[in-house]
Amino acid sequence: MTERWQKLRHDHRVVWLVYIALAMLLVALPFLTGAALGRGWVRILDFTLLYVMLALGLNIVVGYAGLLDLGYIAFYAVGAYLYALLASPHFGLHLPFWALLPMGAGIAGLFGILLGAPTLRLRGDYLAIVTLGFGEIIRIFLNNLNAPINITNGPQGVNLIDPIAFGGFSFSQTHTFFGASFPGIYTYYYLFLALALLIIFVSLRLQNSRIGRAWVAIREDEVAAEAMGINTRNIKLLAFAMGASFAGISGGLFAGFQGFISPESFNLFESIIVLCMIVLGGMGNIAGVILGAVLLTIFPEALRYIGDLQSYLFGHIVVDAADLRMLIFGLALVLIMVFRPAGLLPSVRRRHEFGSDASVLAQEQASLYDTRR
Amino acid sequence: MDILTQQLINGLVLGSIYALVALGYTMVYGILELINFAHGEVTMFGAMICLAVIGAFAGSGADMHGAIIVLFGLLAAIAVCVGLGFVIERVAYRPLRRAPRLAALITAIGVSIVLQNLAMLIWGKQYISFPPLLPLVRYEFGGAVITNLQIFIMILSCLLMAGLLLLIKRTRLGRAMRATAQAQDIAGLMGINVNTIISLTFIIGAALAAIAGVMVSAYYGLAHYYMGFMLGLKAFTAAVLGGIGNIAGAMLGGLLLGVIESLGAGYIGTLTGGFLGSHYQDVFAFFVLILVLVIRPSGLLGERVVERA
Repeated sequence: MTERWQKLRHDHRVVWLVYIALAMLLVALPFLTGAALGRGWVRILDFTLLYVMLALGLNIVVGYAGLLDLGYIAFYAVGAYLYALLASPHFGLHLPFWALLPMGAGIAGLFGILLGAPTLRLRGDYLAIVTLGFGEIIRIFLNNLNAPINITNGPQGVNLIDPIAFGGFSFSQTHTFFGASFPGIYTYYYLFLALALLIIFVSLRLQNSRIGRAWVAIREDEVAAEAMGINTRNIKLLAFAMGASFAGISGGLFAGFQGFISPESFNLFESIIVLCMIVLGGMGNIAGVILGAVLLTIFPEALRYIGDLQSYLFGHIVVDAADLRMLIFGLALVLIMVFRPAGLLPSVRRRHEFGSDASVLAQEQASLYDTRR
Repeated sequence: MDILTQQLINGLVLGSIYALVALGYTMVYGILELINFAHGEVTMFGAMICLAVIGAFAGSGADMHGAIIVLFGLLAAIAVCVGLGFVIERVAYRPLRRAPRLAALITAIGVSIVLQNLAMLIWGKQYISFPPLLPLVRYEFGGAVITNLQIFIMILSCLLMAGLLLLIKRTRLGRAMRATAQAQDIAGLMGINVNTIISLTFIIGAALAAIAGVMVSAYYGLAHYYMGFMLGLKAFTAAVLGGIGNIAGAMLGGLLLGVIESLGAGYIGTLTGGFLGSHYQDVFAFFVLILVLVIRPSGLLGERVVERA
């Protein structure tokens, strides 16, 4: 069985077929979802893609470079507020999307360096608390910078943000192509999908690059990495900046997509959820991170159906679904981690780190005596 | 001048509560190197249980002195929280003791979410007010006002901290705890039951958290299912400020953070020429934290970690 599976995996035609099928599925997904579950779920798909981008960015910082960042959402906030302030009636500025997106990435990256530079000497949990503090500082400033000069409009947030538009093509309106009608959330889906694929591509290329290997070396042993001639300061700063710029991009997209942002969207809980996505999915492994992001965005939404399930089972609603779903969400986090401590799809390297695990040991033994290699 | 004294008093009261909660974080961290994110929620449960018991007494119409009712509530809170701490360690952390540390961090977050929502289901989303059972006496003190509750909180937390220090420095149990923190496996070889020690650490931390929770709700007169989050965050910050894993550091960090916060709230406006108001007090606290850690990367009293060669 496994032999046949291995053979299939190495057959290029089969691999291409799988990719083509996957691509077709991704293209058709909003229509399938829209028809089966309604428009609301297409919106959730859009958010899923945003979270995929965010999680991949955090994966660079935590998964590759091993720097525990609990204030990651601050960079998302920077990207979102930059877009919102420069493309809304709040200041009367309406800069175009193509200029704002790279700017968001750049400014967020700058903030990443701003956070990274003073914290280079800190390790592990000290770094975690400082990043957490940084995230809270950004949120508190966003919340209070409406006086004496009104910059962020305080807790009310920024309203009427320009939707993302490219040339004359607005993503928020309904368009008709090839006789099919594409409402705004559908076109946003394709935009987000394209950008998520771009970020996946960048992550993949980074993983096996000189920089990617340097990150892993720092994660495993900083002193040894430095002895090998890696400039740990610059490489760590690069990890912060790169991760932050991904968040800046998704933040800008979030602001344009939502049309409204407030500091409430960028609290500590969001940072924690994004961290949960990558740890739960399998840190350092791109497929795992994507899986984690998809699961943790879809699952809480799917839990909204608990109310229907209750009325089906008991004839009436016993406990309010909205109250119950976070409880189940927390339980699921605990259970998944207890049963799969390395995440759902652990990276190869992490799997090897689980030296004590008997099954891994058996696998390694098997590969050791594998004569075909 | 009297404002300064007043803010100092408020800060010390708040700080001693932070210190009690921070002790729970730092003890667990010292032994397991785990940030027990659920600790703040245990504190919240302490406050909620105490209020529930007080409510039950008030409902029964029993004619008793207010302080005795509060004492019953406190004992019930300690009992429940101790059980909670024990169960949390057994269910969520023990299976992951050999796993990567981030995995345990995620279960800690999961437990915290579960406890928070459980509390919301049991006690609802509204604020619960602490009934005025304790007669409040105000004393004038150098132009500032201090209440008997504030004095009581400070004295009780000082006693508890002194007791804990004695326990850790002077008793067999304390020695076993220190040994486990230093080298778990070797402590096991020396005949220490490591599992029992870890359970006991969680139990002691939870008991302190329960007391702190009751103090907070009595001090502010309010309790809420979400109160544990911010309190836990502040206490953890305090523990890191003092040097996480260090008992005396947690106490110092807690008191310092409390004082910094209330001084920040009182003076940040004057310091920045009215540009920043008192709602920036959290920014101030975190800013000081970052500053301290940049200068001393392992906290005020933390040992310098020797890098692996």
